[in-house]
Amino acid sequence: MVEEKFDAIVIGAGMSGNAAAFTMASGGLKVLQLERGEYPGSKNVQGAIMYADMLEKIIPDFRDDAPVERHLIEQRFWMMDNTSHAGVHYRSDDFNEAKPNRYTIIRAQFDKWFSRKVREAGATVLCETTATELTHDTKGTVIGVRTDRGGEAILADVVVLAEGVNGLLGTRAGVREMPRPETVALAVKEMHFLPEGLIEQRFGLKGNEGCVIEAAGTISRGMTGLAFLYTNKESISLGIGCLVSDFAEKMESPYGLLDAFKNHPSVKPLIAGSEVKEYAAHLIPEGGYKAIPRLYGDGWVAVGDAAQLNNAVHREGSNLAMTSGRIAGEAIVQVKSRNLPTTRRNLALYEAMLNKSFVLKDLKKHKDMPALLHTNSNNFFMTYPKLISQAAQNFMRVDGTPKIDKERATTAAFISARSRWGLVSDAVRLAFAWR
Amino acid sequence: MTTAVTALRIEDKLFQNRYLIDAGRPHIKVRPHQTPSANLLALTRVCPAKCYELNATGQVEIAADGCMECGTCRVLCEASGEIKWDYPRGGFGVLFKFG
Repeated sequence: MVEEKFDAIVIGAGMSGNAAAFTMASGGLKVLQLERGEYPGSKNVQGAIMYADMLEKIIPDFRDDAPVERHLIEQRFWMMDNTSHAGVHYRSDDFNEAKPNRYTIIRAQFDKWFSRKVREAGATVLCETTATELTHDTKGTVIGVRTDRGGEAILADVVVLAEGVNGLLGTRAGVREMPRPETVALAVKEMHFLPEGLIEQRFGLKGNEGCVIEAAGTISRGMTGLAFLYTNKESISLGIGCLVSDFAEKMESPYGLLDAFKNHPSVKPLIAGSEVKEYAAHLIPEGGYKAIPRLYGDGWVAVGDAAQLNNAVHREGSNLAMTSGRIAGEAIVQVKSRNLPTTRRNLALYEAMLNKSFVLKDLKKHKDMPALLHTNSNNFFMTYPKLISQAAQNFMRVDGTPKIDKERATTAAFISARSRWGLVSDAVRLAFAWR
Repeated sequence: MTTAVTALRIEDKLFQNRYLIDAGRPHIKVRPHQTPSANLLALTRVCPAKCYELNATGQVEIAADGCMECGTCRVLCEASGEIKWDYPRGGFGVLFKFG
């Protein structure tokens, strides 16, 4: 077992942990990273879309060898009812650039690559090792961790909690709260394999171009939720997630929702004939700015999903994870290079730096969105999608009804479902939460 | 949809996955109880691996072999003490091939 003392121990080899470990090791610190999976990525689940800018700030030349799937040239937002979808699509050849902005990735492969970079930067990565508790000195400062390999605690000046949304160490030690059912979503996902050419044909793609669909509506059965379909090179990642509190209240089964989404007439032809090779489930932090726990303390910092840093409105998680991991790493390198102790006071630098970044700025901007969407889920995820589908169908279907009568019927449907006041109030609240 | 069909389907799904089971050391335990709380009962529907089942006498039981370690049950039932949740030992549990 490891006897010496480290500058930093990183718990977890996901996006935030790898970013933190890489940054600190590159900054000359002596870093130990613990991962409970057999290999980095074996416990990690994501859609997954990776944003290039945030990775470039850590590994500028990642495109040379990172296992990315497709760069995205098209985004489709769908609002679905049981038989239809109304959509906003954006596709642009501008996204076919030398350094594309967004890629689909497969996490198990990507995380292995990222971990190799962490080791090349000089960190020690120990897999198949579950950290079981934080150890403290008599003043309550975190001084290391114990693992399921037994033996003495491994000591470090600072512990980086990159243990993910379902992390045990921080909550057990009482340094951060357990996520509440209203602030996390449960998402389930399947990997559907199809020949590369068939994916390109079905989505109108060539080469490494990719397309993603994100969908809301009656597919979540009145719960706050979102479904997605992402094209990889030879597979399609497809899933759906809803708030845990909604699942529990409605007693819905996640795989029931997933199967209904797969069998929706708009989705079924896209995955027809595929071979499913994996079924995964994962929690996603959804509470936004107001659910962020303490980010640092004496001898520890929390990054990524472990700190609930996820932008549910923009469906961004891994970039906030990478960025918070990098910034925590940079802050720790600064503290250590000035020979300062890793006290709460000195580690406050991490939060100060994070406040200046897009991570906390974006979450602050949308701080009221979770409450709005979570308390009005039936309106936003059931009533409006149905109304929009009816309106669209009314508009398209030519059946001899005078247009003026059709328009009146559409208006009447909106008013009878939500009332004039309800419509105005929903619009105003949405606008205020968004601004 | 009948329970039998649902159960069959979820087993089919989990069959795709790779697990290394730590035999005799389940990482989740349900506290003995007479009547399950609403949250504990909800796990029989909400658990994405259908690990939780209601037995013939009305208690919730767990078979954690198919667990994907998402933490949904922990979020719903750990605070009340109805379940005890640990990570599997290092290297054990679900091992995602793709994630």
